[in-house]
Amino acid sequence: MAEATQPLMIDVDPTTVPLQDIDVSQRELWEENKKYPFFKRLRDEAPVHYCKDSEFGPYWSVTRYEDIMEVEQNWDAFSSDPTIVIQDPEEDFELPMFIAMDPPKHDEQRKTVQGVVAPANLKNLEGTIRSRVQDILDSLPIGETFNWVEKVSIELTTQMLATLFDFPFEDRHKLTRWSDVATGGPETGIVESEEQRREELYECLAYFQRLWAEREETQGGNDLISMLAHSEATKDMDPQEFLGNLVLLIVGGNDTTRNSITGGVLALNENPGEYSKLRNDPSVIPNMVSEIIRWVTPLAHMRRTVIKDYVLGGQQIKAGDKVVMWYASGNRDERAIERPDEFMIDRARARQHLSFGFGIHRCMGNRLGEMQLRVLWEEIQKRFHMVEVVGDPVRVPSNFVHGFTELPVRLHPL
Amino acid sequence: MPKITYIEHDGTVHNVDADVGTTVMNAALDNLVPGIDADCGGECSCATCHVMVAEEWMPTVGQPSEAEESMLDLNPERQSNSRLSCQIPVSEQVDGLVVQLPEFQF
Repeated sequence: MAEATQPLMIDVDPTTVPLQDIDVSQRELWEENKKYPFFKRLRDEAPVHYCKDSEFGPYWSVTRYEDIMEVEQNWDAFSSDPTIVIQDPEEDFELPMFIAMDPPKHDEQRKTVQGVVAPANLKNLEGTIRSRVQDILDSLPIGETFNWVEKVSIELTTQMLATLFDFPFEDRHKLTRWSDVATGGPETGIVESEEQRREELYECLAYFQRLWAEREETQGGNDLISMLAHSEATKDMDPQEFLGNLVLLIVGGNDTTRNSITGGVLALNENPGEYSKLRNDPSVIPNMVSEIIRWVTPLAHMRRTVIKDYVLGGQQIKAGDKVVMWYASGNRDERAIERPDEFMIDRARARQHLSFGFGIHRCMGNRLGEMQLRVLWEEIQKRFHMVEVVGDPVRVPSNFVHGFTELPVRLHPL
Repeated sequence: MPKITYIEHDGTVHNVDADVGTTVMNAALDNLVPGIDADCGGECSCATCHVMVAEEWMPTVGQPSEAEESMLDLNPERQSNSRLSCQIPVSEQVDGLVVQLPEFQF
C-alpha cells in the first residue's frame, strides 16, 4: 500500500523531497537510523504534518516539543483508545490495557499497579537491583567481543521484571520472549506468522493465569500479579484484558530500559569527551541518566485518536484522525532544548525531555528505569575504564521500539 | 518580596524570597531548593513538583483545578493538602507560606 504512493524515504533527499511525500513511519528509516533529517524538515516546515498514505494508513505527525505537550494535555480530544501505537489493532485480537484507555477506567487500573514502582517501594528494591547488576557485570567475559544487548541490557531488565512479578526466576527468559513477541509481528522476523504470535501470547496468558490462581489464594503479596488479583478495579478482568495489561507491564518494563542501557554505551563511545567527563566525575551519573533517556528516546512515538475536532499548530484535525506524537523528534526540537543534537551528560535541565510522555499517561515506571540505569553506571564505573563499542550496532526495524538487537563491545577493566 | 518556606522530608528548612508573579515551583528552582524535579517545566503535566501545603495556608492557596487534580490523583503519596507547586502563583497573599516536600517525587 505504502509503495503505491509514497516513495521509499531511505532513497530520497530529506531536504528536497516534497513535504507531502514524507512518511516518517517507514521501518527502513528506523532500521538504518536515517529519520532525524526528515524530522528536522518537518519541525521547521510542517510541524503538524499530514501523511496521506502509509503502511499504517493516513496519519498526522506532531514533531515539535510544545505541540506534543499540547496533545498530551488534551486527553479529552486526543484519546488513547483503542491503541497507542501507529498500527491499528487487529479486529479479532484486541488487547485492552490501561495505557490504551481514557479516564476514568485508565485511572482506576493504573492506580492498582503503580504502587509497585512508586519511589517508596523502589527504595526497598535498590539493594536487589544492585546485587543483580554486580552479578551480571562480574560474569562478563574480559578480552573478548560480546553482544552487550544480550548479556547486559536484556539480562538486567528481565531479572528486574521477574522480581516485580515475583515470576519463577528460572523461567525468566520467557518474559523477554513475550516482550519481543508482543511488539514484533512477522515483518520483524521475531515470529513466522501472526498465528504463531497469538499462540505464544496465549501461552503467556496461560502461564500468568496459573500464577494468578495461586496468588488469589494468598493475601498481602506486593508483586504485580497479586496486586491485580486483589484490586477491585482489576480482579474481574476478562482474559484478553488480563493479557493486554500483562503485555503493557512486560513491554513497559523491558524494551524501554533495555534500549536505554544499550544506547547509553553507544552514545558515550560516540562522544569520547563525555565519557571522560563521566570518568572524572561519577557524581554526574543521575544527570547523565536523564540525558541518555532523552538521547535514546526508547519509545519513538505514542499515537492518539482524535475524538473531537481540534486545531493544532494551525492545522484542522478531524474526529477520527490518527495523530502520532514523535517523541524522537520532540526530544531533538531546537525550540525547546538547547543544542539538542549534542549528547551532554552534564546538560542543564536534563530531566525536561519527552521520553516518559506527559500528562495522565506519563510513564509510571520512570523512577524504576532511572534507578536501574543509575545503579548500572555506578557499578560499571567501579569496574571498567571503558565499555568499548567495537562494531556497528544493529537496530530494531520499528518506528515504536527505538532500539538495538546487537551492540558488539569489549571491556577494558580498571 | 513574599517569603516562602520549604521544609524537606528530613526537616531541613529553606526560607526563600520569591518574586511576585512567579510560581512556588520556580521560586524553589531559582533558589536551589532540592526535592522539586519539575520535569515538565511548569505545565501541570508530570506531578514532579508535588508539595504539601501547611494546613493553615490551605484556605488561602485553595484547591487544585480539574487538570491538576487529574495529575495529583495518580500520585500514591497524595495527601489532602497536596498541590502541584507549579500551579501556585506567588503573590503578596502568600507571604509566609509554608510547604512540606514529599520524600520522593513520582
